[in-house]
Amino acid sequence: MKAPSRILAIAKAEARVLWRNRWLAVATGIMVVFAVALSLAGSAPTGALGVDMLTVSIASMTTLGVYLIPLLALLISFDAVVGEADRGSLGLLLTYPAGRAEILAGKALAHVAALAIACIIGFGVAGALAAGFGNVSTDSLLALVRLMGTSVMLGAVFLAFGYLISSLAGSMATAAGLAAALWLIFVVLFDLALLAAVVVDGDGTFTQFVFPWLMTANPADAFRLWNIAGTESVAVAAGMSGVADSLPGWAAPLSLALWPAIAFVLACLAFKRVEP
Amino acid sequence: MTETVLNCDKVQKFRGDIQVLKDVSLAVPSGARVALLGHNGAGKSTLIKSILGLIPIEGGQISICGHAPGSNAARADVAYLPESVAFQNALTGRELLTMFAGLAGIRDNDTSGALARVGLAEAADRRIKTYSKGMRQRLGLAQVMLGRPRLALLDEPTSGLDPVSRHDLYAIIDALAAEGTAVLIASHALTEVEAQTDRIAILRDGSLVADDTVANLARKAGLPIILKVQTKASDTADRIAAETGGVRVNGMSVEIRCTADGKMAALHNLSGMGAEVADIDITPPGLEDLYRHYSGVDQ
Repeated sequence: MKAPSRILAIAKAEARVLWRNRWLAVATGIMVVFAVALSLAGSAPTGALGVDMLTVSIASMTTLGVYLIPLLALLISFDAVVGEADRGSLGLLLTYPAGRAEILAGKALAHVAALAIACIIGFGVAGALAAGFGNVSTDSLLALVRLMGTSVMLGAVFLAFGYLISSLAGSMATAAGLAAALWLIFVVLFDLALLAAVVVDGDGTFTQFVFPWLMTANPADAFRLWNIAGTESVAVAAGMSGVADSLPGWAAPLSLALWPAIAFVLACLAFKRVEP
Repeated sequence: MTETVLNCDKVQKFRGDIQVLKDVSLAVPSGARVALLGHNGAGKSTLIKSILGLIPIEGGQISICGHAPGSNAARADVAYLPESVAFQNALTGRELLTMFAGLAGIRDNDTSGALARVGLAEAADRRIKTYSKGMRQRLGLAQVMLGRPRLALLDEPTSGLDPVSRHDLYAIIDALAAEGTAVLIASHALTEVEAQTDRIAILRDGSLVADDTVANLARKAGLPIILKVQTKASDTADRIAAETGGVRVNGMSVEIRCTADGKMAALHNLSGMGAEVADIDITPPGLEDLYRHYSGVDQ
């Protein structure tokens, strides 16, 4: 089949654009600066909990990742379709023998790779720094690798969300607005709503049985849960062992694995309806 | 032996309640250059997008070398140059063509050839951001030529170009047609397409109102030929006007409108007046007159 080579052709061009318009450099720089700053700031209260510094750093970086990675992903992807339409290059692209799913897959390949580079370098530098200051265990190294891997998965979810809104929006401004709204809902408002429900419910059925599952259904929270539940000491450091313990171990990984696929299929369906 | 590359048969397209294409039938054989004319909103772009398979049609049929529009086989046969084409500015010309070649399944080394043919060999490795309007248009044409398409659809290929660039562009289009590509050019530049195309098709409110060579269209339209007669003196101008049924335009000249068949008789009549006639200018109907006639401006 020729489909892989067509996907690769799009991916190469997209990757060149990300490199040339400095997106890759800026995103990597942001990740490094924030990861290092948070790791250092979060390292003050280590002694009391009795965990090594890399573990504390990972707990801080997990919180950072929940906010920053969806934001970065939406920023690259929100104009993937509507930007081409705006520029006037979408019509030409669609006359080539490449399916619309192939076009999105090519863009996704380049975008995921760019996010992966930014995450691995950003978290890697901060992790190395934290490891240099304190002792390192196999456990905390594993947690660092898990953080990098789950970050790419979380990024993939929001990249696909970006393609979805980019296909639905009629203009760049609408797409940007939708991206901001989506970020706010998944990263901030969803958690606030759950928190309010838990406060109202107290120790009732909702808090005990429904709340953990609802939380896992949100990819941003699944990312948080997986990283925190994965390592006992990280959960202690983040103070989130309660929620993590009430769920089976596969729940958060399943959520984070399913979301990119679901969002990508939705994005393809929306893109198919776009008339250039 | 030429074969029909593009065949549109009674194509119908609606936008809401409005019918934007009404039974449009148009055939373009290989190697032919056909101009598609019409006002803004007459349906030119809609027809082109339908042929490309970018939008569905509600009635009739379109086939490109026997394939349905939008099918992979049809997309491999068709090349398209959109109106005021735009590209990803951060890429170089060569990188862009490499991407398109990859999408079309063509080997990379064809891109250098295409770039050289449109005169972009030197600028190939510069970013598209630095290209002039004419260079972008030529880059657009380079991607048209990739992979020797069977059908090329060019939407306003010369808009915004200077005369030299236009000339170069048509030379490339001619070469493309000479290799057997069927070329359909949507345009407003009437004088250009008159000289550069084999056939003219005119759309009016979604209907194809003309589809023939310029000469045949002129004959069918029966538009008058204008003879402008310069006289020696002003009093003779009045007399000639009266004798030939013409109109005195200013002191010394008379305008006579006659049909294509009546032209020789009128000239014979004038030559009989001897020295009173100083000069005669013959103006056949131009494409602009034909366009106005067929596109309904005069009615």
